[in-house]
Amino acid sequence: MSVKTDFQDEVLYCFLSGEIDHHSALPMRLEIDDKIEISRPKETILDFTDVTFMDSSGIGLVMGRYKLCKSFDGTLTVCGLSDSSYKVMKLAGLSNIANIKKGGIKNDRK
Amino acid sequence: MTANEFKMTVDSRSVNESFARTAVAAFTAQLDPTVEEINDIKTAVSEAVTNCIVHGYKNSVGKIFITVKIKDDNAVLITIKDRGIGIEDIKKAREPLFTTGGADRAGLGFSVMESFTDKLTVRSSLGRGTTVTLYKRILGRSK
Ligand SMILES: Nc1ncnc2c1ncn2[C@@H]1O[C@H](COP(=O)(O)OP(=O)(O)OP(=O)(O)O)[C@@H](O)[C@H]1O
Ligand SMILES: [Mg+2]
Repeated sequence: MSVKTDFQDEVLYCFLSGEIDHHSALPMRLEIDDKIEISRPKETILDFTDVTFMDSSGIGLVMGRYKLCKSFDGTLTVCGLSDSSYKVMKLAGLSNIANIKKGGIKNDRK
Repeated sequence: MTANEFKMTVDSRSVNESFARTAVAAFTAQLDPTVEEINDIKTAVSEAVTNCIVHGYKNSVGKIFITVKIKDDNAVLITIKDRGIGIEDIKKAREPLFTTGGADRAGLGFSVMESFTDKLTVRSSLGRGTTVTLYKRILGRSK
C-alpha cells in the first residue's frame, strides 16, 4: 500500500509514498478517507516526505481530504513537500486551506 | 545539439501515465537538463496525458499520440494528441479551477502545463479530439 496511517492522540498521520498521479491517487484516497471516517481526527497530517512525483492529482487529493476533514471539524496539515511537489501545490494556493510545512514530521511510527 | 525526434502511441489507460511522462523525460535527457527542468517536463506531460484519459476518452479507450522534438536551439517541443470528445470552449477550459471532472479534479492541469513550460498551445474540435503542444527551453546543467 502506498499510504501508511497511524492514529494517535486524536491525530491521524498519513505517510504517502511513491508517485501521485491520476492512476495512483484513487487507492490512496480510499485508504485515507476510510481512516478519516473511522477515527474522525482533530488533525489529519499528510506527510509527503516519500513522494517522488506529484501532478495536479495531488492537489485534488489534498483539496478533497480538506473538505472531508472539515465536515468533521478537523484540520488538515500537509508536510514533507519536495521542491517540485511544493511548486505544484503553490499553484493551487493550498496554503489557504491546509497548513503547509516543508519538512517532514520526525517520527518512528513508519 | 542537432534536431532529433521521438514518436510514440499509447492506449489511454491510466497505468500508462507514469510510462509516458518517464519516456518523454528520458528522451529529453540528451539536452542535459537540470533536475528541475526534468520534473517540470514530467509534470506537464502527466497533465496532458491524464487529460486525454480522463476527459478525451472519458467512456472509452483510445490512442494517445505523443511526439517529442528536440530543437537546435536547446528547446523541446512536445505534442500530445487524442481523438476523443474535444473541448467546447478552450478559453474557459484553460481558466484555473475550471473542471468538468468532479470532486477529485482540481481544474489546475492547464495551469500546471502553462507555468511549467514556456508556451502552451491547445487546439481542439468537438467530437474530433484535442492537441496540446508544450514548448520548453532547456538551459541545462552545463550552461
Ligand atoms: N484532452 C481533453 N479532451 C477533452 N476535454 C479536455 C481535455 N483536456 C482538458 N479538457 C477539459 O478542460 C478542463 C480543464 O482541464 P484541466 O486539466 O485544467 O483540469 P482537470 O483535468 O479538470 O483537473 P486536474 O487536471 O486539476 O485534475 C477539463 O475539466 C475538461 O473539461
Ligand atoms: Mg487535467
